[in-house]
Amino acid sequence: MLILDALSKTYKSGDTALSDVSLNVPKGQIMGLIGPSGAGKSTLIRCINRLVEPTGGKVLLNDVDLVGLGKRDLRQQRRRIGMIFQEYALVERLTVMENVLSGRLGYVPFWRSYLRRFPADDIARAYALLDRVGLMEHADKRADALSGGQRQRVGIARALAQDPELLLVDEPTASLDPKTSRQIMRLLIEICAERGLPAIVNIHDVPLAQQFMQRIVGLRAGRVVFDGPPDELTQDALTTIYGEEDWNAMRKGDEEQTAAEADARDRLAALVV
Amino acid sequence: MSSAYPTSWKRPPQIIKDRRWRIAIQIGIVVYLVLAISTVDVNWARVYEGLERGQRFIMGFLQPDFTSRWRDISTGLVESLTMTLTSTVVGVAISVPIGIGAARNIAPHWIYAICRSIIAVSRALQEIIIAIFLVAMFGFGPFAGFLTLSFATIGFIAKLLADDIEEIEEAQAEAIRATGASWWQVVNYAVQPQVMPRLIGLSLYRLDINFRESAVIGIVGAGGIGATLNTAISRYEYDSAGAILLIIIAIVMVAEYSSSYLRKFLQ
Amino acid sequence: MTELSHHSQIWTYRTPRARLLLWGGWLALVALFVYCWQVMTARTMWVFVWDAPTQAADIGSRMMPPRWSYLPELMGPLWDTINIATLGTLGGVIMAVPIAFVAARNTSPSLLILRPIALFIIVASRSINSLIWALLLVAIIGPGLLAGIIAIALRSIGFIGKLLYEAIEETDAKQIEAITATGASGVQVLSYAIVPQIMPAFWGITVFRWDINIRESAILGLVGAGGIGLKLNASLNTLAWGQISVILLLILGTVVVSEWVSSKMRHAII
Repeated sequence: MLILDALSKTYKSGDTALSDVSLNVPKGQIMGLIGPSGAGKSTLIRCINRLVEPTGGKVLLNDVDLVGLGKRDLRQQRRRIGMIFQEYALVERLTVMENVLSGRLGYVPFWRSYLRRFPADDIARAYALLDRVGLMEHADKRADALSGGQRQRVGIARALAQDPELLLVDEPTASLDPKTSRQIMRLLIEICAERGLPAIVNIHDVPLAQQFMQRIVGLRAGRVVFDGPPDELTQDALTTIYGEEDWNAMRKGDEEQTAAEADARDRLAALVV
Repeated sequence: MSSAYPTSWKRPPQIIKDRRWRIAIQIGIVVYLVLAISTVDVNWARVYEGLERGQRFIMGFLQPDFTSRWRDISTGLVESLTMTLTSTVVGVAISVPIGIGAARNIAPHWIYAICRSIIAVSRALQEIIIAIFLVAMFGFGPFAGFLTLSFATIGFIAKLLADDIEEIEEAQAEAIRATGASWWQVVNYAVQPQVMPRLIGLSLYRLDINFRESAVIGIVGAGGIGATLNTAISRYEYDSAGAILLIIIAIVMVAEYSSSYLRKFLQ
Repeated sequence: MTELSHHSQIWTYRTPRARLLLWGGWLALVALFVYCWQVMTARTMWVFVWDAPTQAADIGSRMMPPRWSYLPELMGPLWDTINIATLGTLGGVIMAVPIAFVAARNTSPSLLILRPIALFIIVASRSINSLIWALLLVAIIGPGLLAGIIAIALRSIGFIGKLLYEAIEETDAKQIEAITATGASGVQVLSYAIVPQIMPAFWGITVFRWDINIRESAILGLVGAGGIGLKLNASLNTLAWGQISVILLLILGTVVVSEWVSSKMRHAII
């Protein structure tokens, strides 16, 4: 179970990315995080494993507070948190197998990882995961030889190799076509269900979020403005998240703008249905 | 984890796939290294003796002496700097027609062949070797150095300029040509605007290289700070040598910094 | 609307001010050139200069048939030259790699103290030609191959170090972030996320520098640092122009071969 308590982040430039975010993610829950770009979604998930250093608040993962841990302890805790990235973030010039095994780096001493001599258990686990994501025969290929969907599967396998207690997923489908996006989302959901893993998924595609998430949190300007099941995400809720100013700006009386406004409303409505 | 999955994995070889070739190459490398290192015949007694001198040199570097040989240093420096500037200007001026002539897309075939061979000769010969010949022909002093650096500049600038011209967007040249422009007008309106910024950048870069080279060709008698340095080292005046080296490093740093600034300003 | 006023004028490429500045710049350059030319040639003996064509013809006729019988004697020094270049490159790489990691902004252990030192080492090594390094080293540790190898190594540090640290700074931050997120330690991030990304650049730079070092080590003998340059120096001192032409042709051939080898190797690696 993950508890965020009054989490805040202000960048050195003075921009406040997160202010006072408090959330509970129970075991097995898949939570979608939506919001306009710049709302702080990616800062939020990076504050959890401290790729971005939060400036205030607490992050409790199964009762361990991650904020304020020393370097070594932080590394130990990071092993418990698997992360999946927008553009896969695989090490392109390494083989698929090495990419999956890199999920074990926090568990093995440097010399083993340097010589690529991972323990037998780790290797068997890596093969099992590759089999699970359907890439068994690609183990020896270089990561840059794979297609986008395949790369994201490797990314999932790498995160799972950590044997995590939480998955952080940053825009997993942003660089994939609609069909592959759905396959990847389905795979993620299945895997989380199999392992009872909680997950936080940053996602900008609202229909996709509604289709797959159990719970949706809307973020706007670094604050939680919506928190509920997907079917409560009404048109009004979406306006709260994505902003009203744009709508108001269009309301200048001009006929063309009224038409544009209607169009925008229609599209939003289509999203909600 | 079920035991059905393999429990060992080896990274497949990336470049040379055949195992025998890999072993052969590894053995070859080891044999070469053993042979090569065995040819290095070191006179350890001499090296040990030299340690004291090395120490003096490092001390000289840390406590450089700018004053006692300042007259020689400043003469050498002025020679080097004037040599650098004049040779870069002359070299670039000669490079421009040669570079245009060596661009396949705008020069006739026979001119292309001539210009490319001039470039090849200039690039193949080391500055030092050219300097040796030019000193033999023109006598000692900075004039031979000036000629050396000008000649070396031609190989550098003309080659890069020609490659640039060959890469210009044909569409633009085509558009100008379509208006009925003459060859000169094509060069002026289509080629020049596209390659001019690069040419200025390359010239500044070459200015920097020419200064560094001017410090070397003095060793074979072509004047400049290199001659002063050579004298200082052969007199074992390491503090003066250290001063000269520090001046060279400082000038190169200033040149690098200001040329990157100037390039940004000109673009 | 200042732009409107331009329509009344005849169209010009640049504004008058910019043109003035440009012409001023060119004029200043010409004046500087003339001044430098005068300073430089103040002590030139023009007699020698006018005499140059005769000298050239004389040297040319002496060089012309090359003394091919000298060739076998050159094989030993040629082997030395190749060794100087190869071992020097190796030494340079060994020293340049840690310096590059210290100099790269994203891997430097200390930005305020160590990074400037590493950058200074790189600039110092780059500013000073290998021949000057050789000159110094021959004075310090005596003539021979070792001085040449160290000279080549010292000069290579700056070249390899600079290109390598730029390559390190250009690595993809996302891959590094991803490996960090797995709980990997600093060295593990280095070996899994950074090293694989810079490997092609590393080999390309090394082979390229080796190619340059072959050219440079050919002349190090002029100051006593071993290799074929020793023979060149000896022949120059005795004005044996027939031998000099053989040596130059041999150097030229070696340079062509090394260029071919290095381009082949770079293609194989990348």
